[in-house]
Amino acid sequence: MYRAVVGVGVACALVIVLVYEITRPIIERKRSELRERAVMQVLPGARSSAAFRLTDEGRFESTSSDDEADNLVFAGFDESGSLVGLAIEASGMGYQDTIRLLYGYSFDAEAIIGIRVLDSRETPGLGDLIESDAQFLRNFEKLDVRLTDGGDALLHPIEFVKPGQKSEPWQIDGISGATISSQATADMLRDSAGWWIPRVRPRKADFQTTQGEQ
Amino acid sequence: MATDAKKAQPNDSDEVTKGLWQQNPILVQALGMCPVLAVSNTARNALAMGLATGFVLLASNVTVSTIRHFVPKQVRIVTFILVIATLVTVVDYLIQAISLELHKALGAFISLIVVNCLILGRAEAFASKNNLRRSFLDGLGMGIGFCWVLLCLGSVRELFGYGSLFGVRLFGQHFQEWVVMILPAGGFFVLAGWLLLFNWIGQLRSRRQSLEEVI
Repeated sequence: MYRAVVGVGVACALVIVLVYEITRPIIERKRSELRERAVMQVLPGARSSAAFRLTDEGRFESTSSDDEADNLVFAGFDESGSLVGLAIEASGMGYQDTIRLLYGYSFDAEAIIGIRVLDSRETPGLGDLIESDAQFLRNFEKLDVRLTDGGDALLHPIEFVKPGQKSEPWQIDGISGATISSQATADMLRDSAGWWIPRVRPRKADFQTTQGEQ
Repeated sequence: MATDAKKAQPNDSDEVTKGLWQQNPILVQALGMCPVLAVSNTARNALAMGLATGFVLLASNVTVSTIRHFVPKQVRIVTFILVIATLVTVVDYLIQAISLELHKALGAFISLIVVNCLILGRAEAFASKNNLRRSFLDGLGMGIGFCWVLLCLGSVRELFGYGSLFGVRLFGQHFQEWVVMILPAGGFFVLAGWLLLFNWIGQLRSRRQSLEEVI
């Protein structure tokens, strides 16, 4: 009796291993293509990208790892191989579930220059406007994230304001009908930028060492 | 075997068409309602889910029918689940290799095909008692039956909820989306609508048939 179950079990295991081995390179390639596309979208002008890991000593080193572990940022390079900026992942609680997004940071502009929602289960037609509302996305064309003179914090932490009340470059206009989702976006950007920008800004040279490699 | 031969065997086309209409897994048997309601918010998701489930159903029917003589009765359910779980894992990898976005949209429901009662139901009730040819035809019919009804649901929900079909916008800019259609409640409304329509058609057909018999 057990021979039949064990026999079927072994055959099933072999099939799974075979399919896994065949599809793994394809899935890995697709995953990195997807990441590359997302990086290019949040860093206008970028043509290639490379992943960097934050080490315990506070340096950034090039890595081929593509897993979604923490402490990974993606540098975007233009056609001539010079650094356009960094794409950084942020996540936080939205209205229904965790929202994950990628934002682009430009060293030259000292600003966030684009965002893309990677994962969200916000209410269709209301909360999911954070992905498509043109007025809201305009907030991120140049969102000021300059650092203080000491370089250890944002000069003006990102602020969330009611729709149409944005008056400063570090403020984010909300979306009426999607207040919670748009506020969550602003909060996670404020927290993530407040943590990452003081760490990446002094290490700009780390990202330029691999110019043209990708 | 001799008694089997004496029974009136349905022909091949009946074996396929029963899944499409008379014993349709969604409209008549109401099996596997969870993915039906959850991932039918766009036509593309519905088609992908329908094809994935159809493939697993067909392959599990064929495998179960092939091994039915080797598997003792006491451990048959365990063995069937093992086979189905393997097929679902294969489908999961294949969908990831085809499109990661699609894999993300279908989410946990791909893995949950394992517990779709339609598949184990057909394995136990049909494939374990019938030959390879009939099990294949049964799986094919049921798979297509599941897929086309799911596609009907997904198309209507996408049409009203997003104003598009397979991602192609069909209405002008001023179309006001019916957000409820994309939400879970919309799944129930549309399913109820299709059930009404199909039951009505079924009644009309049976009435016509009984009239013809009288004449």
